[in-house]
Amino acid sequence: MPIQYYIYLALSLFSIGVVGVLTRRNAIIIFMCIELMLNATNLLLVAFSKMHYAAALTSNAATQVGIDGQLFVFFIMVVAAAEVSVGLAIIVMMYRNTHSVDINFLNRLKN
Amino acid sequence: MNNLVYLVPLFPLIGFLINGLGRKSLSKQAIGAIGSATILASFVVSILLFLQVKSSGAIIANYFNFIDVEAIKIPFSFQIDQLSSLFLLIITGIGFLIHLYSTAYMNDEEAPHFARYFAYLNLFVFSMLLLVMGGNYVIMFIGWEGVGLCSYLLIGFWFKNDAYNYAAKKAFIMNRIGDLGFLLAIFWLINKLGTVTYGDVFANVGKLTPQDITIITALLFVGAMGKSAQLPLYTWLPDAMAGPTPVSALIHAATMVTAGIYMVARTNLLYTLAPATQGFIAIIGLATALFAATIALKQNDIKKVLAYSTVSQLGYMFLGLGVGAYTGAVFHVMTHAFFKALLFLGAGSVIHAMHHEQDIRKMGGLNKYLPITNITFLLGCLAIAGVPPFSGFFSKDEILAAAYLKNPILYYLGVVGALMTTFYMFRLYAMTFQGKFRGTHEQEHHLHESPSAMTIPLIVLAILAVIGGFFGVPEVIAHLFGASEVAAKQSHWLEGYLAPVFAASKALTTETPTNSSSELMMMGVVTGLVLVTIAFTWNKFSKYESTNAEETGLGKVLENKWYIDELYNAIIVNPLDALAMFLKNVVEKSGIDGLVNGVGNFVNYSSRQLRLIQSGQVGAYILMMVLSMLGILLLWINDGTIVNFLHKLF
Repeated sequence: MPIQYYIYLALSLFSIGVVGVLTRRNAIIIFMCIELMLNATNLLLVAFSKMHYAAALTSNAATQVGIDGQLFVFFIMVVAAAEVSVGLAIIVMMYRNTHSVDINFLNRLKN
Repeated sequence: MNNLVYLVPLFPLIGFLINGLGRKSLSKQAIGAIGSATILASFVVSILLFLQVKSSGAIIANYFNFIDVEAIKIPFSFQIDQLSSLFLLIITGIGFLIHLYSTAYMNDEEAPHFARYFAYLNLFVFSMLLLVMGGNYVIMFIGWEGVGLCSYLLIGFWFKNDAYNYAAKKAFIMNRIGDLGFLLAIFWLINKLGTVTYGDVFANVGKLTPQDITIITALLFVGAMGKSAQLPLYTWLPDAMAGPTPVSALIHAATMVTAGIYMVARTNLLYTLAPATQGFIAIIGLATALFAATIALKQNDIKKVLAYSTVSQLGYMFLGLGVGAYTGAVFHVMTHAFFKALLFLGAGSVIHAMHHEQDIRKMGGLNKYLPITNITFLLGCLAIAGVPPFSGFFSKDEILAAAYLKNPILYYLGVVGALMTTFYMFRLYAMTFQGKFRGTHEQEHHLHESPSAMTIPLIVLAILAVIGGFFGVPEVIAHLFGASEVAAKQSHWLEGYLAPVFAASKALTTETPTNSSSELMMMGVVTGLVLVTIAFTWNKFSKYESTNAEETGLGKVLENKWYIDELYNAIIVNPLDALAMFLKNVVEKSGIDGLVNGVGNFVNYSSRQLRLIQSGQVGAYILMMVLSMLGILLLWINDGTIVNFLHKLF
């Protein structure tokens, strides 16, 4: 499958994520949109990794080119998982205090 | 003996440190004793040095390199030769008498101020000693500045009076104008010869072109003009009378103001080689002598009369230097130190008795109350008027005789000045001591002779003022009294003593033979005129009655000192003030302050505007972040050069 399709898909996922973050006020939805952006990135990383590997394989059967891209995906997943746990905890606390998950209630640092 | 040299300035320095640092804890007796004893010790060492120089010639003591850079080496050295040893005696001797006098005169001051006074006085003596002992122009300059500073401090001694502070500032600034000339002369010497040590300069004088010599001597003379109160820089000296009277006696009559004479006499070889400068000095000196004398004719403040008479006498000394009579000028410095210190201290005694009244129109008849002051003051007046055989006669006559040989016009004008001197001095004497008392009854009740600490210096100085002239008896007079040919040649002791200092100059000038009979006749005529003037003045002022009539015409101009102060104010002081106000109000306020405040205001304003971006809306932040990232991305894609530019930037 040509690499372009992966890129188009990742780009649309990322744009959806960005627009979601920008336009929505619900914290959980923003959160999900961030995840969407992260995963769009992951998808691109895996796709490019595979592309490089396939290209290198033609000249060298034992090549490991592209493996670092796949490794990086795992890093991002771990970071995303950690972020989810922290972020959800914050959202729970926020809900307890304000009985809402609307981020526009968070525009004041004092009090 | 060489190792004693440094003791001379060291004693007053120690006195200055003790009195200055201990002013809060020492008692007045201790302060007075320390202040006077240190000067006495210096005087004793000076006598020893004088005897040493007399028997075996000049002493040069090198201590350390004061300035040592590349080719310029300026040693910290002292040179005690005939000229400086004579000045040492005058400074420490008269200095001691005035310290002694001050212990009584300043007794009304509280102990801390009393100590401050003596500390300044000791510091002054120290600086003056540096000035005359220094072995090169730089050391002389240190002393030169030191005496200027002490003069400033002592004129403004009663610093609670604004007028006195103003007088002190005036003296300091006037002196600075002269000092600049001195400094430039030193630079010029270093540039041309690479040395400022007297011996080296005079030995290498052949390397200088006539133009160089003329410029150096003229610049040095500018320095002397400031310090010795010559036209046009003389106005500070009469104002300097704001200081305590003994200070006027020591600094503004006997010692500091003669620094200019000392400097020119020290540099006599260069001056002899620069006839243009010499002529200039003679004219300035004579003009000052006459100008100051005319002002003194109409002054009513006892100290102001003496101040203008000092300016006038300094003019005579410069006239002497200008016509090449170096010995005569130094001789007049010496005799003038005696009689002017005497007159000032006498005036101090009068002021003391009159409870700080200085207007002679309110005095009169003091001879009954102040017998010692009366007699000593009269002797001082006779000496300054030049009545033989008092000291002023010999020294003034020597200068005038030299002036006659140079140009008879100088002589005639000099005689006119001498007659004016006689007139104003006897006007002062007659109005103060003769006639009947014109002050208040309360003042009359309190009139009393001063304590012995004040009268003893008066008596000593009076003796010196009477006999001081016999150190330099002219040859013709010695002949007149039947001295042998050999004895007559040696009758001018001072000339013989100072001969080594002026030998090089003398070798360059051709001796004009003097006609002894005409010299005697001139002396006789001048003496006769002086005596007539005394009789006339005495007659006119001994029965002086105070009138309230305003002076008119020339008298008014003279009373107001030719309006010179007003003139200086109009052409120099006021424009400078206006410039200062302009700089302060316009340049400083709207320029400098505007710039500094503008930077602050700009930062304030821009931060206030930038703060609006921090709205607290998370969405807005994110939008901005995304837009920025998009912007960077677009730049990257579209135009690599901008990215390169950013790379260079960070």
